[in-house]
Amino acid sequence: MRLAVIGAGAVGRSVVELAGEHGHEVVAVADSSTAVVADGGSDAVGVDPDAVVARKAERGIVGDDDPEDALAADYDVLVEATPTTLGDAEPGFSHVTRALERDRHAVLANKGPVAERYGDLRAAVADSDGAIRFEATVGGAIPAVSTVEDIEPGHVTAVRGVLNGTANFILTRMAAEGLDYDHVLAEAQDLGVAEADPSFDVDGTDAALKCVILANVLSFGAADDPTEAREFTLDDADVAGIRDVPGSALRLAAEDGQTVRLIGEATGETVRVAPRLVPENGTLAVSGTQNIVQIETSHAGRLNISGRGAGGPETASAVLGDVGRLE
Amino acid sequence: MSDRRDGTPEAALDEADEDPGTAPDGGHAAATPSTHTVRLELVDEPGQLLAALHPIADNGGNLLSIYHERGNKTPRGRIPVEVDFEATPERFEGIVDALRSEGVNVMQAGTERYAEEVTLLLFGHLIDTDLSDTLSRIEACESASVADVSLAAPQGTEEVSSARLRLEARAGETDAALAAVRDLAAEKELRVVEPLTGVEA
Repeated sequence: MRLAVIGAGAVGRSVVELAGEHGHEVVAVADSSTAVVADGGSDAVGVDPDAVVARKAERGIVGDDDPEDALAADYDVLVEATPTTLGDAEPGFSHVTRALERDRHAVLANKGPVAERYGDLRAAVADSDGAIRFEATVGGAIPAVSTVEDIEPGHVTAVRGVLNGTANFILTRMAAEGLDYDHVLAEAQDLGVAEADPSFDVDGTDAALKCVILANVLSFGAADDPTEAREFTLDDADVAGIRDVPGSALRLAAEDGQTVRLIGEATGETVRVAPRLVPENGTLAVSGTQNIVQIETSHAGRLNISGRGAGGPETASAVLGDVGRLE
Repeated sequence: MSDRRDGTPEAALDEADEDPGTAPDGGHAAATPSTHTVRLELVDEPGQLLAALHPIADNGGNLLSIYHERGNKTPRGRIPVEVDFEATPERFEGIVDALRSEGVNVMQAGTERYAEEVTLLLFGHLIDTDLSDTLSRIEACESASVADVSLAAPQGTEEVSSARLRLEARAGETDAALAAVRDLAAEKELRVVEPLTGVEA
């Protein structure tokens, strides 16, 4: 497959680097202000991944072309890896719909369009010969969406889990070391586990977006007529974060053999993210930046998949897995 | 609780095809009647006690004892009554439903084995918002009673403190109990960390 990678952050760069290993060719890469597009031609070769990554690292640009050129390039799959935006989910949403209008596929690592405008996306897919996939938007390397699809959304009653590594790291450290939130947050920021502004992670927004996406998959997947399916957005989620969880609460939990984890839950009807009490040695009490997705099924019991929920190569693996499913 | 097992023959027959091994919550494993205690609150009017006992007898409960605390009224002026009876699990559910549908105020129903236990955390300004009021209001909720409380206030009583509460809820009413705690916490600007109920890890 020929890929146009839009977005040159950690995920976009990893997709560029790993595409060759998966048998794909990158024909265009764009960041927010520049692009590089491979020369067309019958025996066209893609862009040089190492050169793109090096240029981005050294000069902060990916090439001398305009981002528009990358969107117009001759690709099979557009990889949308720009930062997640809420509300109208732009510019990611338009990048995807422009690919669909050209009957090309799109693979998203950007949560915005699938969380905030799922209905619009489905409508655009219905009018296109192209398809969308978005495994990378939920749980990084964990195959959450495709597992739900394999079981079939109508046979999945709920999906829950730990879907934010930053919040999980903080809760794990607080419980293990008896430290308070502020101390552990500073530590996480030094380690690069938390961002300078950690709100998106510690307030539960990121986990909520992932659950909203899963709720959309369940709702649209189970509906007889997808145009009648209930659409979820972040506004439909009941969200509480971990910012004010005191160390004393974690100590009380530990005395009782339990601990606190930021748990997200999605059904076809509800989305909820909140710190919850879980058994200290239970399946859901994953440590550090690990994530876990637990899928509750009607006929197949409960499935647990844990792994790395973030990171460039991890998330890129999910993107490239999606590309493979589109072949 | 007594451990008498003189169930009626009908009761034994009813349960002949019950599989005692399939009771993950311990709620429906018994093939013999067991003793239950129900705490009722009665309005102080003639005939109320009799009216409350009828649904028990009529639904297959074997009355064992009645403890009628006439001298000890609740803040609302009602009279607390504790009734012990034997019944099979199915009949027990029916009895409690019948009591409620007769308008009898059932404050607490169940034996250890029937109660669902749920542990949760509360944090925030627990002391400033009157912890004992918080607890007694949870107690007053029909679905649950507070079995155990642990408090941690490492920075003194004026700062944020945490409490771990163990609640005993009537079978099937854990969600209602949690909802009541959630409402109370919202009113007092406290935060609740709920357990993942219905999920064995």
